[in-house]
Amino acid sequence: MAEYSWPKQGTAALLGSEQDRIDGVDKATGAAKYSYDVVLDRMLIAKALGCPHAHCKVKSIDVSAAKKVPGVVSIHLFIDPKDEKKSEIKWQGDPIACVAAETEGAAAEGVAAIEVAYEVLEHFVNEEFLAAAERAGRVGKAGVNVELENEPSENEDEDAFVEKELKRLYDESAAVVEGYYGIHAITHMCLEPHGSTCAWQGDKLTAHLSTQSVSGTAGQFASPLSMTADDVTVHCDFIGGGFGSKFQADEWGVACAKIAKETGRPVKLMLDRDLELKVAGCRPSGFVKVKVGADKDGVVKVWDSTQWGTGGDRGAAVDEKQIPYVFNPPNRRRSAVRVSTNTGPTRAWRAPNHPQACAISQTAYDDVAAKLGIDSYDVFLRNLPSVANKKADVYAAEMEIAAKLMDWKAKWHPHGKGPAEGSIVSGLGMAIHTWGGGAVAGSCTVKVHPDGGVETFAGSQDLGTGTRTVMAMVVAETFGLPLSAVKVNIGSSKYPQANPSGGSITVGSVSETHRRASQDALAKITALVGEKLGVDGAALVARDGRIYVDGSPDKGVTWAQACSLLGMNALEVRGEYAPSSKRSPLSSSGVGGVQMAEVAVDRATGVVKMKKFVAVQDMGLVINRQTAKSQMYGGVIMGIAYALFEERIMDPATGGFVNSQIADYRLPRLGDIGEIVLEIYEPESEYSRGVVGLGEPPVISPGAAISNAVANALGVRVPVLPITPMRVFDALERVPKMA
Amino acid sequence: MKDSPYTNTSRGGFNRREFLRGSGAAAAATALANGATAVAEAAESSDTIPLYGPGLTKITLNVNGQDRQVQVEPRMSLLEVLRNQLQLTGAKPVSVDGSSGASSVWIDDKLASANTVLALTCVGRKVRTVESLGGHKLDAVPTAFLHEDGMQCGFCTPGFVVAVRAFLDKYPNATEAEIRQGLNGNLCRCGTYANVIQACLEVVKGGVRG
Repeated sequence: MAEYSWPKQGTAALLGSEQDRIDGVDKATGAAKYSYDVVLDRMLIAKALGCPHAHCKVKSIDVSAAKKVPGVVSIHLFIDPKDEKKSEIKWQGDPIACVAAETEGAAAEGVAAIEVAYEVLEHFVNEEFLAAAERAGRVGKAGVNVELENEPSENEDEDAFVEKELKRLYDESAAVVEGYYGIHAITHMCLEPHGSTCAWQGDKLTAHLSTQSVSGTAGQFASPLSMTADDVTVHCDFIGGGFGSKFQADEWGVACAKIAKETGRPVKLMLDRDLELKVAGCRPSGFVKVKVGADKDGVVKVWDSTQWGTGGDRGAAVDEKQIPYVFNPPNRRRSAVRVSTNTGPTRAWRAPNHPQACAISQTAYDDVAAKLGIDSYDVFLRNLPSVANKKADVYAAEMEIAAKLMDWKAKWHPHGKGPAEGSIVSGLGMAIHTWGGGAVAGSCTVKVHPDGGVETFAGSQDLGTGTRTVMAMVVAETFGLPLSAVKVNIGSSKYPQANPSGGSITVGSVSETHRRASQDALAKITALVGEKLGVDGAALVARDGRIYVDGSPDKGVTWAQACSLLGMNALEVRGEYAPSSKRSPLSSSGVGGVQMAEVAVDRATGVVKMKKFVAVQDMGLVINRQTAKSQMYGGVIMGIAYALFEERIMDPATGGFVNSQIADYRLPRLGDIGEIVLEIYEPESEYSRGVVGLGEPPVISPGAAISNAVANALGVRVPVLPITPMRVFDALERVPKMA
Repeated sequence: MKDSPYTNTSRGGFNRREFLRGSGAAAAATALANGATAVAEAAESSDTIPLYGPGLTKITLNVNGQDRQVQVEPRMSLLEVLRNQLQLTGAKPVSVDGSSGASSVWIDDKLASANTVLALTCVGRKVRTVESLGGHKLDAVPTAFLHEDGMQCGFCTPGFVVAVRAFLDKYPNATEAEIRQGLNGNLCRCGTYANVIQACLEVVKGGVRG
């Protein structure tokens, strides 16, 4: 077996360069076909009816009028009113029925004609107010996690010791900050909603599913349809956003397949926008009360926090072990309770736990700086020895780069002490983050045709991260070919099993499999060429479209001549990767990352504007610098979104999700992002680690960095994200926000 | 299929004026606001015009320079017809009211959201979609989106490309500040705005028709 490796830094032809994505023209001209765009002959269009109530029992469903609507062909029920357990609805929008019809209008009319009788039950939707949640009996048992430097003596009561020790630590602290911080639930808001187009050929199902898991969803259709996964093909050429919410076939996907089977016609069922926001995924909220003690230099010695939040009916909350985020002060007590609400269920949202954990804890670190009147940069720097991931040196280097790009030292002023231009004050804030992003198991096939044509196959998907282009770059680099010489085939569950795309695992996984397969394929081809040239195949290199003796470009053959030596049959090589305890030479896991924000806050209007944002990110070895930067821009802009704009707004009176349409769910627009400056940190020490994913990391820090910048501008903490004008006013007026 | 109202092109018991005043009023008003159409104007001024619906009616739409036969219900949006009947799926259904800009098209050279325009009101008008910027001669705007990577998942991209083309046709020398001010009708979730700004600047630098 060959020794797999990457070219030495600075010697690669393609790796690390900026390459246009190979499907870019299709995307920019409307030629790219998303699941929503699949239009099949005689296709029906289905629409779902969502429950209007946050908590209720469905007593009866009458579809007789809906069946009479012209154009309605089939009606499917998700709820059985006779089933005591399954008739209870626990969040608004939960699908009750769907109607398949000849046109969108007929389907909508059919949905409107369904008559449902409900028994409305008590609801609870506003978890920020913990006391209200307690009164409503919606708070679960607290999980408590204590770590102290000192241990109780032999016969000492443990709880009493903890209290005594914490008191001592706070008494000895130069600064004690008591704060409240929070971040509201947001939705995934995929612009292409969840759904599929399903078609049968005999007993075989093809599901054109908008999915992050082409290789992992066939079985989810097969099992409820009493068939086996080999008779299902999941297909997805392009997906219009996932962000962690599209790993499932979902009940509406299975319903789509069932209706298609029953009617003998293809069916498209995509969720309408408001159902998409209500039921197809959200990120848990997180709120925390913190007491933090630091020495005179701002080094945090003790942390005590009580945290709560919701992930919907089942509770769930931000992992208390992630608090404080990245930093591990020596003494910590962290408790968390889960609040059960009548809101749609959570799904993994880009970097699960991390953005909330960062936003509700690195804000407290910044308040330590404010209290001591120290530069926030110095407080972050002095606390680096306590980072949990042993990346203090990486953070320090990245902080230095970020500070230069931000001109931090020149711009810095103590919290609330900056000059005002009229009613406008400016401020700086920063935060740091971490993520894994290591490769997971997967496979691919690289196929080299005797005429020199090259293609690859993998049951993967391109979320918009540029996966297709990464695969092509890795193979083209290995074979010494131009990028355009490699055809990439992804998006079918019939291709070799590949990883689902989530958690930044994709770039590492597909780089592993494609580099392995193409290095193995090249070894076979160079052996044939070596035989022909009478040299050792191992002495040959593939570069510039030729295979030749290293150092003697004249002694060689063209790529096409080399491939003709394969004879009649194409060469197919499988690339396999499975993580093991042995470190791979091609990929690694774990990144740092530093971000800094500069904002302007108008004290008269409460409006926060982004002036400048700096993101410095390590990611091991960079494959495509262009799409890597796009991921960073995207993470930062999504971060600006949840820091300043978006939140799921629930009406406490009705339990309704009141901003479930695009016009009401605020997101930044092109004019709202300010100047964004990126720097990829890739010294040899990073490059040599191999590929590490970066989809998640850049989205983690913006909440804390922007909140810290607003606090630096105003001299007052706006405790809860998103920082809307109303919350700025509340903070300026010191209106107590706690229940 | 024969007895389905969806193959019946004869008049239904449906009054055109009532239709405009009734359930379709909001959509019709949007259509009117986007520029009076032959059909809508006629409905207000004459009783002799044909009644449409509620089933399917054959009409001809001029799309990307070609006359195309389609069958529409009066309530069908232009977006639904483009996507489901003409396989022109570049314009996307994202919002219910055009607030995402994802279904941007041109109607008589004016920017419109195809999901807020009834297909019937497009009879006699020239509809142009993002697909007209592709083909063998790629327009400068999608070219710049490619070079500056003004896309991630890409679902908003065709709408953005149309909006940018329309904006730069009007303001060929737009400055960065003007670009940041003038392109806020399109929504992107992945966060491609920074690259879209760069793409716009590339087009301005290279001349709008590149």
